[in-house]
Amino acid sequence: MAEMWINMGPQHPMTHGLWNLRVKIDGETIVAAEPEVGYLHRGIEKICEARTYPQIIPIADRLCYGSSLTWSHLYCLTIEDLMDVEVPERAEYIRVMAIEMQRIASHLMWLAAYAGDLGLAVGFTYTMRDREVLVDLLQALTGSRLTYNYPRIGGVAHDLPPDFERDTIRAVQYMEMRLKEYEDLFDGSKIFMMRNVGIGILRKEDGINLGVTGPSLRASGVDYDLRKDMPYSVYPEMDFEVATHEDGDCYARYRVRMDEMWESCRIIRQALQKMPKGRWRIVAPRNAPAGTGLGRVEDPRGEAVMYAVGDGTDRPYRLKIRSPIFVTVSAAPKILVGYKLADVVAIMGGLDMCIGENDR
Amino acid sequence: MNLFEFCHGIIHWLVDLVNNLWYWLGDFLPWYFGDLFTAIGDFAASEGHLLFMTVLVESVVIIVVALINVLNFLWIFRKLSGRILDFYGPYYVGYRIGGWLQNLADGVKLFTKEIITPTKADRLGFLLAPVIFVGSSVTILAVIPLSANFGLSTTSEPGEYVSAGALFALAAFSIAPFAILLAGWSSNNKYTLIGGMRSAAQMMSYEIPLLLAAASVFLLAGSFNFVDIVDAQHDMWFFIPLFIGFVVFLICLIAEVEIIPFDLPEAEAELVEGWTTEYGGMRFGLFYMTTAVRSYAGGALATAFFLGGWQGPWFVPDEIWFLIKAYIVYTVFMWLTWSVPRVRIDQMLVFGWRRLLPLAVLNLLIAAALKSGGWL
Repeated sequence: MAEMWINMGPQHPMTHGLWNLRVKIDGETIVAAEPEVGYLHRGIEKICEARTYPQIIPIADRLCYGSSLTWSHLYCLTIEDLMDVEVPERAEYIRVMAIEMQRIASHLMWLAAYAGDLGLAVGFTYTMRDREVLVDLLQALTGSRLTYNYPRIGGVAHDLPPDFERDTIRAVQYMEMRLKEYEDLFDGSKIFMMRNVGIGILRKEDGINLGVTGPSLRASGVDYDLRKDMPYSVYPEMDFEVATHEDGDCYARYRVRMDEMWESCRIIRQALQKMPKGRWRIVAPRNAPAGTGLGRVEDPRGEAVMYAVGDGTDRPYRLKIRSPIFVTVSAAPKILVGYKLADVVAIMGGLDMCIGENDR
Repeated sequence: MNLFEFCHGIIHWLVDLVNNLWYWLGDFLPWYFGDLFTAIGDFAASEGHLLFMTVLVESVVIIVVALINVLNFLWIFRKLSGRILDFYGPYYVGYRIGGWLQNLADGVKLFTKEIITPTKADRLGFLLAPVIFVGSSVTILAVIPLSANFGLSTTSEPGEYVSAGALFALAAFSIAPFAILLAGWSSNNKYTLIGGMRSAAQMMSYEIPLLLAAASVFLLAGSFNFVDIVDAQHDMWFFIPLFIGFVVFLICLIAEVEIIPFDLPEAEAELVEGWTTEYGGMRFGLFYMTTAVRSYAGGALATAFFLGGWQGPWFVPDEIWFLIKAYIVYTVFMWLTWSVPRVRIDQMLVFGWRRLLPLAVLNLLIAAALKSGGWL
């Protein structure tokens, strides 16, 4: 049969965001694929050079609509490294708790989009409904629902609101109940397993060579999680496991994210228990010294890195952002070739695309 | 009284009424006009013309009944999806009747939209595809009687319907893939092309188990007539002895009406809207409506073949029994639709050829054994 190129994007239900995946199909089988990104380029790195350090926090939020808190957290980590600011311990615990909530919310949004891609309508609505619980918690904590603008250089913006511990414990209990239900809903569905097991296999060596990080790499059997391997904030105090899976297929990626949500629930509980009293913010200097700062965190999508260069003024000389999903999407052709057209949605959905951080 | 007698009576009364006036008018006219008027009046009162008009009125009644049911089906589709998927579903338009008018509102909206034909489309095929699709689907409804007294008939004998009605319904059911392939090809779009090809493959592989399952019913009933088939289920509904066939038939129906898990021709995640991508406005509305028509036809076929048709306790009219059963079948379809993911095309074909076909053959063997053993 004749081969032909098909554009899946920029306006296509498969692309969660504005990007284009060109696939060359022979009948229904994919013989080549090439992602085209850059439609959503906003020049955030350049914008940051014209803003003072606190003004960049809300911009860092805009990097990813799915997990904005991790990006502003990462930015604050970077600038604290640049300015040598010591963050109060209570603020560190609040941050860890908040970004683990954000991780669950992000993974739930991924699960919703994934279920919707596979045609499982009930998976979409239920997960989006339960994401609301975490978004409500974050709203109570930060005041907004999508772009939080919560971390500050040297702490966080506010202390916990009243009754927050109680609400969080309830929400975590609810989430654990729901996660059990999702595992029944997804793993118990034979068609879901048919669509996922053995599809889109990313081998361990390929994953490492292509620079894939995050759940997609851990699903290939590489035990690499910055929260353990290069601990930041108060993660060394926390007791949690790194979720890995051996198979490297779509099901493994799904499984790793589900397990991460369980671990995040554990981390939130521990953070609440161990949270000390005290200050939650110190005043950071206005100007950064000449020098560099580096921040690396485990984003829900992989290893996110920011590198800031200060020149003694109140604005960064340069801010470099390393997006995990930009690297992952470059690995897509390697994963896609050989599978069917319908597997594109399973594979690309399983990588958890987020175009905001990808195009920056 | 059955539908034929009812319509015949109405037509007879109307013709008599008009003819009185007509002959009276003719009396005033000169002889040659008077003769012409008398001849036209006699023609109008002739048995052939009355029969023709009766069948016309009958078919209008049946179509209207069917389309009202289709509106109900669309409403169930939306409302039940809301109940299953944890949202409200339509409730604003027609607030007091549960948002039932929403589909009419959508229809009005679709009518106001521009009808676009792509520049590079094959215009004839593009135009013809919705006609064939809608026409063939509505034709199915013509031969499905709601009870022994409610169906398209040309005689006043109850149960004297199209003698091979079931065969006709199944034949009309399987014209649609041709229209889908035509739509997919003539739209000149890669998504629609793949959707049309998938549809052809899918319908071809699921038509055979469907017909084999139906064949077992014909074997047991010994007839292609709907009334005979339903009468044959007087002692035992066929889904009990032919349970395998019933399941195979339902699965094939899901594939035929193209709903999740088998909605591959319009798999929205990878093919945008599949073969309907280029159709907009009321053409899309017709496709949408026709999907419900086919669901209704599928539910009615399953009811007539396996669920005892209009048989049920006396306190509910026969027609209502038939509709209740068809609605239950459709509700089960919807329940399935919202709770499973979509399968892949190769998995689907494997399932059709390697699982359903042997099961259908096994079911046919069971039916043959039952019939030859004289147990049914």
